[in-house]
Amino acid sequence: MSVIVFTEIDNQQYKKSSLEAISYGKKVAQNFGLSCIALSLDTLSDTATLGKYGADRVISLGQNTAFTSDNTAQLVAEACKQLEAQIVVISNTYTGKSLAPRLAVTLDASLATNVISMPDTSAGFKVKRGVFSGKAFAYTDLTKNIKLLAITPNTFDIDSSGNDITPETLSVTAEASKISIDKSDKVVGKVPLTEAEIVVSAGRGMKGPENWNMVEELADLMGAATACSKPVSDMGWRPHAEHVGQTGITIKPNLYVAIGISGAIQHLAGVSSSKTIVAINKDPEAPFFKAADYGIVGDAFEIVPQLIQALKN
Amino acid sequence: MKVLVCMSVVPDTTTKIAFTDNNTQFNKDGVQFIINPYDELAITRGLELAEANSGSVTVVHVGPAENEASIRKALSMGVNEAIRIDALAHDAQFVAEQIAEIAQGYDLILTGRESIDYNGGAVCGLLGALLNIPSVNVVTEINYSDGTFSFTRDIDGGREMLSCKAPVVASAQKDLCEPRIPNMRGIMAARTKPLQVIAAKETTQASQYVAYESPAPKSGVKLIDPSNSQELINILRNELKVI
Ligand SMILES: Cc1cc2nc3c(=O)[nH]c(=O)nc-3n(C[C@H](O)[C@H](O)[C@H](O)COP(=O)(O)OP(=O)(O)OC[C@H]3O[C@@H](n4cnc5c(N)ncnc54)[C@H](O)[C@@H]3O)c2cc1C
Ligand SMILES: Nc1ncnc2c1ncn2[C@@H]1O[C@H](COP(=O)(O)O)[C@@H](O)[C@H]1O
Repeated sequence: MSVIVFTEIDNQQYKKSSLEAISYGKKVAQNFGLSCIALSLDTLSDTATLGKYGADRVISLGQNTAFTSDNTAQLVAEACKQLEAQIVVISNTYTGKSLAPRLAVTLDASLATNVISMPDTSAGFKVKRGVFSGKAFAYTDLTKNIKLLAITPNTFDIDSSGNDITPETLSVTAEASKISIDKSDKVVGKVPLTEAEIVVSAGRGMKGPENWNMVEELADLMGAATACSKPVSDMGWRPHAEHVGQTGITIKPNLYVAIGISGAIQHLAGVSSSKTIVAINKDPEAPFFKAADYGIVGDAFEIVPQLIQALKN
Repeated sequence: MKVLVCMSVVPDTTTKIAFTDNNTQFNKDGVQFIINPYDELAITRGLELAEANSGSVTVVHVGPAENEASIRKALSMGVNEAIRIDALAHDAQFVAEQIAEIAQGYDLILTGRESIDYNGGAVCGLLGALLNIPSVNVVTEINYSDGTFSFTRDIDGGREMLSCKAPVVASAQKDLCEPRIPNMRGIMAARTKPLQVIAAKETTQASQYVAYESPAPKSGVKLIDPSNSQELINILRNELKVI
């Protein structure tokens, strides 16, 4: 029996969230005396390095076709069966969440998404997950034999103390996908918001889309991804994919900088798990200051250029 | 075109989340319940597609009778009929297994991207696998012509355009449409539209919530003098080492 970790490839590289998943899978495997197998859809030049992050075996399925929920789920399920998966670890990304439920059905497994803890096996098999869009946590006991855990990116450390290992290949087959992918646009060279370690976010206090230059410059200097509040994306000032909060994306970066955002409960829901929060707002009564670790009461149009200057120095 | 929309009922977004019974139950006192915001989008786009293709929309909800007010709201938006599967939904797997029982014969099945209470984001994919049809999650556009649905969906760090033949299940993401607001005629009509209640089927339980926890409160904000905002960069760089 084994712990299987599904890895995701982006731009011919393994995603950081997948490396986190392998290190997590390794720890889980050790607790259960199982081996940790990293599953890669394709073989890349750095497939062997997955061993570094904790994989005891690295298995490639030799598939270089695009991800489709139906076909990929069948291939991965087939591999999980052949490798006697007991626990399957997946990243809670869009890809992970389109795969995990289908796997759960095929493997007759219990599924938990949004997982933010190691399993607690003192009684049953409990994991902690984020619920109410960041407003609370819940402990759920997974009762089926096989467990499928979709773990939240930016939650678990990467341990790279292992060694490279020689990848193996496994042959699996599945029906062709019923889905045809007509076009795929990826922003290259930019970290997806959910995986960014630093996020610079701005709200209606920025007055209009023409003022985002300074937000982007600040973000670039900090190596950050950009985000925004809901009204900002509703008004089309920014793309909806940047909208964070209860009805947007939930994120938990190491640093979240909120500029000209009031801190409404729905906004805070999606960002309050960030490790450090900085709020910049001209209103000292803005609710964001109650949720922030650091704050500057001031006009964004003065403060942001000052921060940019300070970073350049 | 026959469209089925899965609808969950969740606490209003302004709700302060609290727990009772030694943190084992969600405290419903004074909480207002609404249609899950993503499901409102699914209903709206489902209606638009059905209207353009001489079709109909059914909503299905797995939940107790007290949620019927939200189901009536969906009917008042223009939905033709509703099904309530009478059970307390304890996880996404239970919900999907119940819905799969009634989901045959639809061209398009829609769910929300996730329910904003339990944030599973799982029902779409679970239904796809249970019904053995393609599933497409986080869609921001759905179009239809000649038996084929085309979608735009969010992917990690970008977007993707894809298409497939009916039947298919997809989950609604923000940007799909503006939620439709019921008008007076819709509200009147909703009162007499069919709402069928059916019993839940037996399933094997996959998971069980055993306890809840609220996030630890922040220790308090440290304010930095706006005339010395350089100080913030120093803290982030040298003390916290995050940049
Ligand atoms: C069903 C529902 C779901 C929602 N979901 C979300 C969600 O997911 N995410 C989300 O963000 N919101 C969400 N909201 C909206 C939320 O309630 C707030 O309306 C929204 O977050 C406010 O955005 P804002 O802070 O950018 O704008 P505002 O509330 O207008 O705040 C602007 C802030 O900028 C400050 N400001 C103005 N000028 C300056 C300046 N020159 N310098 C510095 N500061 C300045 C002001 O003091 C103010 O605090 C939701 C609402 C509902 C009803
Ligand atoms: N109790 C329910 N009844 C009907 N549909 C539901 C229910 N719970 C969740 N769903 C559907 O599944 C979607 C995703 O929910 P979840 O997987 O729980 O995050 C929701 O947006 C709904 O469309």
